[in-house]
Amino acid sequence: MITIDKVRKEYRSATGTVQIGPVTTDIPSGGVTALVGPNGAGKSTLLTMVGRLLGIDEGQIEVAGYDIASTASKDLAKILSVLRQENHFITRLTVRQLVGFGRFPYSKGRLTRLDEQKISEAIDFLNLDDLEDRYLDQLSGGQRQRAYVAMVLAQDTEYVLLDEPLNNLDMRHSVQMMGRLRDAARELGRTVVVVLHDINFAAHYADHIIAMKEGAVVEAGPVARIMDGEVLTRVFDTPVQVVEGPTGPLAVYY
Amino acid sequence: MAERTTTHDGRRLEAVADEAAPVELSTAPADAAGELGVLSAPRRMRARSGAFPDGASQRRYWIVLAVLVVLAAGAALGLLAIGNPMPVGSRGFWLIAEMRVTSLVVMAVVAICQAVATITFQTVTNNRIITPSIMGFESLYTVIQTAAVYTLGVAGVVALQGPGQFLAQVAAMVGLSVLLYGWLLRGRYANIQVMLLVGIIMGGGLGAVSTFMQRLLSPSEFDVLSARLFGSVTNASAEYLPFAIPLVIVATTLIWLNARTLNVIAMGRDVCINVGVDHGRQTIYSLVLVSVLMAVSTALVGPMTFFGFLVATLTYQLAGTHDHRRLLPLGALTGFVVLAGAYFVMNHVFYAQGVVSIIIELVGGTVFLVVIMRKGRL
Repeated sequence: MITIDKVRKEYRSATGTVQIGPVTTDIPSGGVTALVGPNGAGKSTLLTMVGRLLGIDEGQIEVAGYDIASTASKDLAKILSVLRQENHFITRLTVRQLVGFGRFPYSKGRLTRLDEQKISEAIDFLNLDDLEDRYLDQLSGGQRQRAYVAMVLAQDTEYVLLDEPLNNLDMRHSVQMMGRLRDAARELGRTVVVVLHDINFAAHYADHIIAMKEGAVVEAGPVARIMDGEVLTRVFDTPVQVVEGPTGPLAVYY
Repeated sequence: MAERTTTHDGRRLEAVADEAAPVELSTAPADAAGELGVLSAPRRMRARSGAFPDGASQRRYWIVLAVLVVLAAGAALGLLAIGNPMPVGSRGFWLIAEMRVTSLVVMAVVAICQAVATITFQTVTNNRIITPSIMGFESLYTVIQTAAVYTLGVAGVVALQGPGQFLAQVAAMVGLSVLLYGWLLRGRYANIQVMLLVGIIMGGGLGAVSTFMQRLLSPSEFDVLSARLFGSVTNASAEYLPFAIPLVIVATTLIWLNARTLNVIAMGRDVCINVGVDHGRQTIYSLVLVSVLMAVSTALVGPMTFFGFLVATLTYQLAGTHDHRRLLPLGALTGFVVLAGAYFVMNHVFYAQGVVSIIIELVGGTVFLVVIMRKGRL
């Protein structure tokens, strides 16, 4: 479980001071949890704070009982992995070499046979086996995104945090990506936390939804509770109706 | 090297397993293939995760390395032997060769310093179009030299010679950069781009101070000074080497031991933190080592602005890998070949000694443009 306790963060942006929190919420173990909300709600900020990419001003975050502020980063790297939506990439690096970096917490760069096996599994899991010897600059944005997700899966952590993994992906690849993430949660027993923009993707693929607005959590719970016209209207500040679609509830907002 | 060979063999055996019956595979060295075979259902040759994606690029790397070793040896021998008036093998020949060995050692030290420092610096800053020399090392060197001549006249050049003065200059340059990193890379608004900008502006400011003082020098003083301000191995005195070499060995060894972490640092801050590498600490640690190397090189031979940049750019093209354990040695060797080659050409083709930095910048700039035009990337 990820426990977020009275976490507050303030930073200056072009439009003035942005304040996140105080946020207090729990992210349950297992399954897929989606963070949703309008732009600027603080979803990515919260996710990157949990992933210790961004420091917190006040409060405490615990992942599987470890306080992220006081636990050594190299130990956390075996429990928690985090991926931003945009990544700097080196041109002289193949997909397989990139995925190999996910094993750094274990082998510090000296890949063992077990590492190789985990790398192969992660690559196969994201259907990248045909692309594994391609250089990153020869890939499309979506393929590169998948390669990075394979890297964090190869890290073999219980918690996997992804900031907008569907960014840059077309409809088909978005569906595939979310399918694989749900499989990672169900088959590999990972806890996947994703920031999503499309509420309908969250409704279909996530088990839990945390809805944020203006730096605070406004609703959190199982999908059925959040997929409610009145709740979504309040979260997104725009009229939303929830209808029963062929595969589950659908939010209609246009 | 060893672990990669094992992996490679494992893979190869795995490929063989496609044809042979899988039962046969449980024999001694094939256990790797057996395990992997069970796990990856469609058994086939996997790409590699090590420094090189395939055997071809690995072979290419070793061939390039071998060619560079031959070139380096050739240039070194050429510099020692050609133009030596005594018959080869005689006592007089070795006497003259021994005197030239000093400048070869200086070249090797400078090549290692500049190559290792520039590659590390570009990795840490995630930027392949800058060089550590813009961070104020050379401007500080220029200011020190100019100020000495300005205040003491021609005697100032002499006053700056000697091991103590050499070490003091190294200390001043390392001190300045550590101050800069410590100030700009710690705390709340730590930002490497701001650090680079401040470094460049400080370099520019120091350069302006030097130019102002140079304006006020007499022509003869200026003449003496400008000889010092051209990077040249003849600036180096053999008495500095016992101090320079240990410093370079220590700094280079520490960078080498950290090479696997450098591979991660190249991936940027977020990936670093994700895999548990303390990005801030590693950045400052690497930059301090870089500043030691740059300071030694600059205090030894003077400014070499373009050299490290040229060597690093060539190294990336030649190496074909991201792995610093392969890049760093190749870079040092490339640096030596470029430097020794330039001296060889200047001494024995154009008979114009002492202006080697000019040919390095001319050839270097051309090579750089050609590479950019042809490949379209760094």
